[in-house]
Amino acid sequence: MSPKRQRMTLALLAVVAIVGAVLLAMSALSDEAAFFYAPADAASAPVDKPVRLGGMVAPGSVKRMADGVTIAFTVTDGKATVPVRFSGIVPDLFRENSGVVAEGKFVAGGGFVADNLLAKHDERYMPPQVAGKMHKSESIAQ
Amino acid sequence: MPSIHALANPRRFLSIARPLTPLLVWGGLALFLFGCWAGLTRTPADYLQGESVRILYVHVPAAWLGMGGWSSLAIASIVYLVWRHPLAAVAARAIALPGAVFAGICLATGSIWGRPTWGTWWQWDGRLTSMLLLFFVYLAYLALARADAERDGDGRIPALFGIAGTALLPVIRYSVLWWYTLHQGPSITLTKSTIDPSILWPLGFTAGGASLLFGGIVLMRMRADLARIKAEARMRRRAAA
Repeated sequence: MSPKRQRMTLALLAVVAIVGAVLLAMSALSDEAAFFYAPADAASAPVDKPVRLGGMVAPGSVKRMADGVTIAFTVTDGKATVPVRFSGIVPDLFRENSGVVAEGKFVAGGGFVADNLLAKHDERYMPPQVAGKMHKSESIAQ
Repeated sequence: MPSIHALANPRRFLSIARPLTPLLVWGGLALFLFGCWAGLTRTPADYLQGESVRILYVHVPAAWLGMGGWSSLAIASIVYLVWRHPLAAVAARAIALPGAVFAGICLATGSIWGRPTWGTWWQWDGRLTSMLLLFFVYLAYLALARADAERDGDGRIPALFGIAGTALLPVIRYSVLWWYTLHQGPSITLTKSTIDPSILWPLGFTAGGASLLFGGIVLMRMRADLARIKAEARMRRRAAA
């Protein structure tokens, strides 16, 4: 093998090894690198520690409490659901059937108390006319 | 010292690069500005995000070029290490700065979009963090390449760093697919797009324009670098004479 071919083999092997190692590490680290717990993982999540819970806001689940600032809703990932309580200002894009990431704590008994809500946007972008034809997006209960 | 073979190639390169540079820069700028104008005035707002969707016409090309920049930097580094072609080292050095600028634009526009959409300027999720790391890796490459040049290095260490940096590209690409992240999954893949065509079309102009502009900037920087190398060689010859 000429030195040039040797260097080429070495360089290509290095790239393959680097990318392969990264992909393996990424799949192994998926729990550690997760930005939030999904409702299905709620059982394994620590109680009373600051964590994040992410999923879809279950349709029809958003209720406003009598105090006027607290809302209750359910977060679902299709496998499990977690009831969430939150007092404060919700982001503009927070709505039912849409993604949400709640920052807060799991409480004993299975619920989640959020002190901040982030709206999660999905990858679909469309004008309102198209969206209206595809599905009625509900705004949150006023 | 540069052999005849090595000198001949930069000369041929310059004869192509010289007329190509203004074409790429002005053509790219025109396409990009047309895309921005169309994106601001000729497309509907998004049903959820409203007007802030228009940031994508700058954000998406910047993200593509930030990552594409590192891919081409890594390819140039491999070409340099394997064929020892000095022009490849010049190209890798020239790519790093515009690559860093586009990665920075991607981070800045993403942050501006995130505030009204997610309700936060910044979160340490997988996609955002890996893109920030790529930005830092660009800065590290710039510092390393400069240090190597100042010590009359042969450019092999920056080239190795350029190959090692490719580790970040799969992280950025797959973070939104394999990890739970705040950032949404890819809207545009090789086979499909989940962006409505009425919103999507100006992106072709801004992405194409920004790519040409990127190429033009790289050629400008390569020409400047070659001129500097030539001037330094002449100074050395004069000092020796």
